[in-house]
Amino acid sequence: MCVTCGCGNTNNTTLSNQNGQSIPLHTHTHEHPHTHTHEHPHSHEHPHSHEHPHSHEHSHTHEHPHSHEHSHTHEHPHSHEHSHTHEHSHTHEHSHERTHEHTHSHEHPNENTDEHPPKASKAAVTEVLDLHLLEQRVLDKNDRIAERNRGFFAGRGVFALNLMSSPGAGKTCLLERTLREIGAPCAVIEGDQATSLDAEAIRATGTPAIQVNTGKGCHLEAEMIWAALPQLPLQDKTLLFIENVGNLVCPSLFDLGEHKRIVLMSVTEGENKPLKYPHIFRSADLVLLTKIDLLPYLDYDLPRALDAIHTIQPDAAILQVSARSGDGMAAWYDWLRQQKA
Amino acid sequence: MHELSLTRDILRVALQHANGQTIRSIRLHVGTLTNIEISALRFCFDACAAGTLAEGATLHIDTIPARAQCLGCEQILSLPSFAALCPCEKKARLRILSGDELLIKEMETEPCA
Ligand SMILES: Nc1nc2c(ncn2[C@@H]2O[C@H](COP(=O)(O)OP(=O)(O)O)[C@@H](O)[C@H]2O)c(=O)[nH]1
Ligand SMILES: [Mg+2]
Ligand SMILES: [Zn+2]
Repeated sequence: MCVTCGCGNTNNTTLSNQNGQSIPLHTHTHEHPHTHTHEHPHSHEHPHSHEHPHSHEHSHTHEHPHSHEHSHTHEHPHSHEHSHTHEHSHTHEHSHERTHEHTHSHEHPNENTDEHPPKASKAAVTEVLDLHLLEQRVLDKNDRIAERNRGFFAGRGVFALNLMSSPGAGKTCLLERTLREIGAPCAVIEGDQATSLDAEAIRATGTPAIQVNTGKGCHLEAEMIWAALPQLPLQDKTLLFIENVGNLVCPSLFDLGEHKRIVLMSVTEGENKPLKYPHIFRSADLVLLTKIDLLPYLDYDLPRALDAIHTIQPDAAILQVSARSGDGMAAWYDWLRQQKA
Repeated sequence: MHELSLTRDILRVALQHANGQTIRSIRLHVGTLTNIEISALRFCFDACAAGTLAEGATLHIDTIPARAQCLGCEQILSLPSFAALCPCEKKARLRILSGDELLIKEMETEPCA
């Protein structure tokens, strides 16, 4: 790992381009110049604020008096504007300028006006640490790159779909059949931990495909999509299918810049997947119940499965499909054609 | 293990702001709806911080409980687990009030000598 910026360039993600040639992906181009000139490279580029419709109400009163683990007692209430006013600007004016010398020592009531004089606190305490208020979203970087992807898609007139499921739910088979039948310009980004088998299967349909191998990574991130995009021929009205790494947990946190999220659930996986993995289903715009050609051989409780989806994500469209028999595929194509960026 | 990539992002932000100073603690707010395994996060943090200015730093994690408000009956519920709909007779949608935050709140560094 890069010691300066903490970025994961041990992260051995690779891309294979259209010809199957492997391209290492050190996209971590260290945009942060780490001249550390305090001016916070992030500030302005943060258009995300609005996406947080939830935020404002939680006034977030913070029980953490911020004292506990610090050996030195006293409830210096330290109540920082933790009222957290949440227009989610949580703005990056923060940090360095504010590094008030939080002397960590006794009864400085610390109304948090940052420049409270570092009152010669009695108690020959220990040490003086600088406190930096950061208020940064952990996913901020990913979300910014996702936003850039979205801008790219908008500029090209590309419609991007993020397909997520457990391994083997039928993402690749669904895509292969879809690409042969839909009759619209398409392109595919395939995410897997290893091999470019899926991309090869997709290319066999005549559709351009890029494989992203995430190595140990269990999900795609926006940066990987950004790196793959220049490798794909993308024209106006292209449907860009992104097959995420087979995993029902990790991909859900990472915005790729997609327009719609599709979660696949095969009828061989049981009816309760949405209840067991609510996070990913909560974010779905469409749930595809796959492999329905197998229903005659299973005692699958279809109403229960539909109800489980509805409980977690009442707004999701639900379609039942079989890439094997073709059942339900027409409705899926209709859904795709109705989508607009 | 998305905790690994999250840890890298946490460290990246912290080290960037530390400006060469040694990091002693980092405080996170992690909502219970984020699907993050706290123990995995701690494990990844210790592993990734080794050899950086954050080596040995304490990771304070405040878990933020999930609360939601029913758009029908307007009651505020705490969400022990996921639900999109209120248990009230209106079965209306719930709007999340808290629990989805994933924030690096603050950190402490040793001052420059
Ligand atoms: N019976 C049946 N099997 C399917 C269907 N779709 C995929 N499969 C099988 O499920 C397995 C996994 O499919 P794949 O598309 O590779 O899943 P992925 O890991 O989600 O991409 C393969 O053996 C497919 O042949 C389907 O509609 N019906
Ligand atoms: Mg696949
Ligand atoms: Zn209600």
